[in-house]
Amino acid sequence: MNSKPVIQLRDLCKTYHSGEVEVHAVRGVSLDILKGEFVAIMGSSGSGKSTMMNMIGALDRPTGGQYLLDGVDVATLNRDALAKVRNEKIGFVFQGFNLLSRTTALENVEMPMLYNSGRIRAQERHAQASKALNLVGLGSRSGHHPNQLSGGQQQRVAIARALVNQPTILLADEPTGNLDTQTSIEIMGVFQTLNDQGITIVMVTHELDVARFTKRMIVLRDGRVVTDEPVQPRSQADVELGKLKVAQEAVQLH
Amino acid sequence: MRLLASLKISARALRRNKMRSLLTMLGVIIGVGAVIASVSLTSGATKEVEDQVSSLGENVVNVFSGNFTRGGMRGGWGSAPTLTLADSAAIAQLPNVVAVTPEVRDREQVLANGQNWNTLVMGESPSYPQIRNWKMARGAMFSDDDVASLAKCAVIGQTVVDQLFPNQDPVGQTIRIRNLPFLVVGVLAPKGFNLFGQDQDDTVVVPYSSHMHRITTRRFVNDILVEASSSDTINDVQDEINELLLDRHHTTDPDFTVRNQLELMDMVTKTSRTMSLLIAGVAAVSLVVGGIGIMNIMLVSVTERTREIGIRMAVGARAADILVQFLIEAVTLSAFGGAIGIGGGVAFSMTVSNFYGIPAYTPYLWIIIAFASSALIGIISGFYPAWKASQLDPIEALRYE
Repeated sequence: MNSKPVIQLRDLCKTYHSGEVEVHAVRGVSLDILKGEFVAIMGSSGSGKSTMMNMIGALDRPTGGQYLLDGVDVATLNRDALAKVRNEKIGFVFQGFNLLSRTTALENVEMPMLYNSGRIRAQERHAQASKALNLVGLGSRSGHHPNQLSGGQQQRVAIARALVNQPTILLADEPTGNLDTQTSIEIMGVFQTLNDQGITIVMVTHELDVARFTKRMIVLRDGRVVTDEPVQPRSQADVELGKLKVAQEAVQLH
Repeated sequence: MRLLASLKISARALRRNKMRSLLTMLGVIIGVGAVIASVSLTSGATKEVEDQVSSLGENVVNVFSGNFTRGGMRGGWGSAPTLTLADSAAIAQLPNVVAVTPEVRDREQVLANGQNWNTLVMGESPSYPQIRNWKMARGAMFSDDDVASLAKCAVIGQTVVDQLFPNQDPVGQTIRIRNLPFLVVGVLAPKGFNLFGQDQDDTVVVPYSSHMHRITTRRFVNDILVEASSSDTINDVQDEINELLLDRHHTTDPDFTVRNQLELMDMVTKTSRTMSLLIAGVAAVSLVVGGIGIMNIMLVSVTERTREIGIRMAVGARAADILVQFLIEAVTLSAFGGAIGIGGGVAFSMTVSNFYGIPAYTPYLWIIIAFASSALIGIISGFYPAWKASQLDPIEALRYE
């Protein structure tokens, strides 16, 4: 696998000013994430993991340090250029799914293509969106509205939406936070499959179980990296699903 | 971002709150509808008046003789005999004058066919039908030779035909005026009532010379009708006639009056123009009110959809994309309202027109103006909410509950 760094953080800082008080959310994080990696960023609430995620996702700007995405210094970009980065290089998956209600799954997945700098024909948009939905195993549900889908299905739609513009990285902020154990494992299975296909994934989570599905675990505390190590042993989604099934059957037997 | 996709998003957002969208549009609908209805009805009335004025003849200058004052008693216009045939001939020599006719008028008892009828007998030159823009229904106008020879011939109006020659062709028959036989050589096409409610067809036209020497004995004419070459020269012609007659009458105090058709038209249409201005004022007010309603609802909509805006920004929508989307939504609201208003206004004016028999006429220009201004109102009132939406911070918007 290619080992070019996709994300390079150099002494990244973020300081909020809330009234008189300065809040140092991120205080000097330096790390490289290579192409094809599957990284979990962990930490308790207030550890700065969400702030860091927003900066990596080009939704927020750092107040210090440097962030290179694909070799481009994101801090130098203006609002429109940031929007372009979010559109073309980054796929974002949220804890709350953030799908548009009363809009079909297919249209939700098509939405990022509406903001592409190059014009994409409606036919092409449909084809790409259908392909992305098939990839996450929801091809048959493309005409459903989010309120007609389960949580796990909604998150799959969100993943399809994140993938549709073929981004360099997939960012997921607590993607399993609103899901039950089985659905969480299924979603992690989707991520593992995508990662096996070569997509770089960075995921924020506070659950160790979920982090075990990734390849590398970074723990933040008070805005600093305290641990950065490979995941050993690594969970495999199909194996875990099998175990869960056995456990559920055992409960029902007694 | 493409327009079609934006339109689709806007249409969906507006359909989601049908009642709210309709109520929001109501301001524009009522404003535009009221304007189109009143414009249609006033334009219809104006057009009718204009048609009547132009039926008097186009580019015509009227020269009336002056009034007399004797012992404190003042006669009306035309009461003093001041205009002569020589004046008429002199006017005919002026540049840009196409045709001239001196006019003498008298009410006479006309006999024919064992019937009699009191009608207006006018002495005119052969140019009269041309100046009055009046066609012949049958026969022909008498000629200059007839004028020169004081011929006893006449051209009669349709009302006189109906009274004296019912179901007959009057051409070639004889009518008697003051016991003199006049040969009917032509019939004037029906013209109907004039602006002042007089039946223009109730008339007999004879050569002015015959009128002034055979029917009556007089040296002066009542008035002179002059046709100018075009509407551009009509004012020049009027000025020249003034100058000429002052000179000929050796006076500085005019003993005559010169009026032209444009002035008459102006007087008549002045009222309706005042009406139009008033309507435009009311329209402006109601459009502003409608615009405020749209701005209000768009602000509510932006707040409600903060999260949607955040999601769109997170997947790559630029500020301009969001701005355009909300602007299109506002313009869709107002333009749709405007279209409904135009339809409603036209329908209303047509109903009133049919019910009361008032003519209604909607100028295309006003339809375009109404539609354009309602779209403009959408842009103006939608801009601030749309701009506000586009300036949202993506993270704040995503967190908005």
